[in-house]
Amino acid sequence: MSSKYAVKQLSIFLENRKGRLLEVTEALEKASVNIRALALAESAEFGILRLVVNNPEKARSALSNAGFTVKEQEVFAVEVPDTPGGFCSVVRILTENDINVDYTYAFVGGGEKAVLIFKVPDDLLEKAIDAVGAGGIKLMEPMFFYE
Amino acid sequence: MWNEIEGAPREELERLQLKRLRDTAQRVYHLVPFYKKKFDELGIKPDDIKSVKDLSKLPFTTKQDLRDHYPFGLFTVPLDQVVRIHSSSGTTGKPTVVGYTRHDMAVWIEVMARTMKMVDVGPDDVVHNAYGYGLFTGGLGFHYGAEAVGGAVVPSSGGFTKRQLLLMKDFGATILCSTPSFALHMAEVAKDEGYDLEKDFKLRAGFFGAEPASEGLRQALRDAWGITYIEAYGLSEIIGPGVAASCPHGNLHVMEDHFIPEIIDSDTGQVLPDGEEGELVFTTITKQALPIIRYRTKDITVLHREPCPCGRTLVIMESVKGRADDMLIVNGVNVFPSQVEHVLTKVEGITPNYVIVVDKKGVLDKLEVWVEVDERTFADGIGALETLKAKLQNEMLNELYINVRVKLVEPKTLERSMGKAKRIIDRREAEGMAS
Repeated sequence: MSSKYAVKQLSIFLENRKGRLLEVTEALEKASVNIRALALAESAEFGILRLVVNNPEKARSALSNAGFTVKEQEVFAVEVPDTPGGFCSVVRILTENDINVDYTYAFVGGGEKAVLIFKVPDDLLEKAIDAVGAGGIKLMEPMFFYE
Repeated sequence: MWNEIEGAPREELERLQLKRLRDTAQRVYHLVPFYKKKFDELGIKPDDIKSVKDLSKLPFTTKQDLRDHYPFGLFTVPLDQVVRIHSSSGTTGKPTVVGYTRHDMAVWIEVMARTMKMVDVGPDDVVHNAYGYGLFTGGLGFHYGAEAVGGAVVPSSGGFTKRQLLLMKDFGATILCSTPSFALHMAEVAKDEGYDLEKDFKLRAGFFGAEPASEGLRQALRDAWGITYIEAYGLSEIIGPGVAASCPHGNLHVMEDHFIPEIIDSDTGQVLPDGEEGELVFTTITKQALPIIRYRTKDITVLHREPCPCGRTLVIMESVKGRADDMLIVNGVNVFPSQVEHVLTKVEGITPNYVIVVDKKGVLDKLEVWVEVDERTFADGIGALETLKAKLQNEMLNELYINVRVKLVEPKTLERSMGKAKRIIDRREAEGMAS
């Protein structure tokens, strides 16, 4: 049973090919899916686009129908003050609990807050959420991203 | 000519073939359970062979049969009589294994010496052998043949092009043995390195084989190196190189006092007359360790029995025109798509969609395998995907004996780029190499 703070993220495999990113975003636009947060990881030949969207199910089926390889992952999100040390406070807790971060990305959420998204190994997700919560960090519920 | 049998009257040759064929049939019938069963199923006994034509009554042998009896199941001698073992890639998983007794080595050296004699290679020659040494029969086959006729062999093996050029120049190589594409690659590198091919090298002839070569490529090699082009045909299942060699008149003569060729219809197995195109089949009639009855080479060609100005009466085969299966030849190495599939299944536990792309990189071949990343194989991490790619490349090298570049692609890439589903894309344009 995953935590109520587990947020669904979609990872999309993309070849480094002209126009491919546009095709992803067009598919989402056509499905009226709003992207709430994104990160793009790249290697020489391919990339992985990671998205948190307002409607993961709809986004997933729209992308699959458009021929993309999509994987759904669970990540968690926290809100921290948009000030020096905000990111550090979360990383410190994860480090103290021996939780390795697979990847992370962030966006400034308006006002003085920043939202950070963390992907940790699946078997450590619950432990990470518990540790971060116990450390006084504000966890974001999925509803914050979804409709 | 190295041996007068090469020019013997047909009747004499056929008398010799019949005797040897009958001996070989006796040998395999009594020593190899696989053949006894096959002969019995067809209701034929070795004694039923009354003429060379009766060969058509005997059962076929396939590469799959060799694989099914891996490693030594079709040998007719215990290992203490075997003095050499070679191996080539199988169609999947297990390699194909061949063994030689001391007598078999003598046969191999004999046919390779005949090959060398096509341009009178002798003590005055320096033979630069750029065929790969090792399990592949090419390197050692040419090596022993060149030594037998007294040439000074430089066993340089493949790769390291610049060093090879240096040795060819400094040692005064007169004969080159290599795949045609590597010879052309060497010529291009030599020009880039500032060599004058005419002044710096003494090459007079080259022995080329292990892969098909268009007339354009042959002419390009003659022109670039100023050499006589000799084609060498062979396959390890029969003996290695030395099964057939072209004379200075360009006719590829089969050493048929050791290996009897037939052309069959690939679908029906019926023997086709001379002049008709079909699948080449060989029966070895002098080998001891691994005699093979009617081995289906899957090579498509034509046989001709007509007098050759060189004086040889040996049957002439045309250069191989194609394959009756999906085997690819990549820089002289045989590759079966099934091997690629085997690696993918082994590494991933599933068979992802894939495409094999063969292309030219300069004059050499390069092999790419495009693997579709689908929802079953997509690990959400660049590192995990790079690891998968590296692992696949490594396993392909182990299985195929050549470097393969693996490219991870999105599903349906193939359909998008080709318009229809196709497993193999061969972009090599043989004639294009002549430029």
